[in-house]
Amino acid sequence: MSDITIKVTDRSGKEHELLAPTDMNMNLMELCKSYELPVEGVCGGMAMCASCQVYVHTDQHFGERNDDEEAMLDEAYYVQDNSRLGCQIHLTTDLEGMRVELAPESP
Amino acid sequence: MIKTDIIIVGAGPVGLFAVFEAGLMKLRCHLIDAIPQAGGQLSEIYPKKPIYDIPGYPSVLAGELVDKLMEQAEPFKPGFTLGERAETIEKQEDGTFIVTTARGTQHHAPVVMIAGGLGSFEPRKPLIENLSDYENKGVNYIVKDPEQYEGQEIVISGGGDSALDWAVYFAERNGFVHLVHRSDRFRAHKDSVGKAFELEEAGKLKMYTFSEVKGLEGNQDLERVVIESKTEKTTINTKLWFPLFGLSPKLGPIGDWGLEIEKNAIVVDTFDYQTNRPGIFAVGDVNTYPGKLKLILCGFHEATLAVQTAYKIINPDKKFTLKYTTVQGVQGFE
Repeated sequence: MSDITIKVTDRSGKEHELLAPTDMNMNLMELCKSYELPVEGVCGGMAMCASCQVYVHTDQHFGERNDDEEAMLDEAYYVQDNSRLGCQIHLTTDLEGMRVELAPESP
Repeated sequence: MIKTDIIIVGAGPVGLFAVFEAGLMKLRCHLIDAIPQAGGQLSEIYPKKPIYDIPGYPSVLAGELVDKLMEQAEPFKPGFTLGERAETIEKQEDGTFIVTTARGTQHHAPVVMIAGGLGSFEPRKPLIENLSDYENKGVNYIVKDPEQYEGQEIVISGGGDSALDWAVYFAERNGFVHLVHRSDRFRAHKDSVGKAFELEEAGKLKMYTFSEVKGLEGNQDLERVVIESKTEKTTINTKLWFPLFGLSPKLGPIGDWGLEIEKNAIVVDTFDYQTNRPGIFAVGDVNTYPGKLKLILCGFHEATLAVQTAYKIINPDKKFTLKYTTVQGVQGFE
């Protein structure tokens, strides 16, 4: 079985432990939505809205921000150095043990 | 006062298809949308992206789908109020509705169909404390009637096509433009970015990268804009700042129309997609019900069923027989 565990802190500070499949072509935004966390995913995962922005608190190695993600984060709110768009983070075994925090919602 | 059979709030794909289905039943429609063009999210956010799940189209570009839907609706001569957000809905004594937009345009009809998608597109606003003091007094989120701003020294923020296109436009017309962006990477077309660099060389434009507008000053109207980077602070004397950070959808006034709302979506009865208010329907991404999928094709189906009840409301004494388009063809309006 290739499921991994990812910890997600929601906007009220509560930490959720999510069990994530790595063989279903899912991304972190979709994982959060499947657990009914308050991630809107307004644009459906096209890096066009930043409603899935997370702060990554651990050091796993996975892909760098792509061009679309960079462009979106350039215009988003509350962006920090460790900001990523959840919809651009593919769920693979490399992410085991990752801890992220949901960025505040856009005003 | 614009009078019609069905007022459709939202001119996206589902609103447009509703015009066709309504037209088959000889009902006239008028669409209202906050943005200046039809097509909703498809034209506003992803016109060049291919969609693969529209029945009959293995692949179709979003913008092209909008064109096709406009073509399909054309025989039924829909009216459009574009660039004006629907603000209020008032029920009249006879059960009909008047929907008024932000510009005061009024529409009167027995049926209202809300096809608002994720909500109306509103400009992303920068997080500056006294921002609201200068809105419409120097700070503008859209450029309307650009001639009035030509030849002036203006500040534009943003890295997308909107910001770059307008920066180039004004710099080319005897103005001086300060273009401010948070990084050194632009989302806009390479050509526009290239032109902006050329204009900078020609002394008509100045680029501030890794910078943001952090302060606004002025007695009543805007007089000064403060641009900050990690190392510098620059104050520009200007009466105009255009923060062009793109648009994002908000449910907006629809949330105050007395409808049952759940997670930013309108609860409907799946018999005919009517809301808790008789005569008001909600179709497409804007509605919710057990099992709802936010797919365009679902919205198409919902609009078709909603139109059946709309017909009964408008023609209570007539009986309607479903006639297939293969049998009756499409008889457009004059």
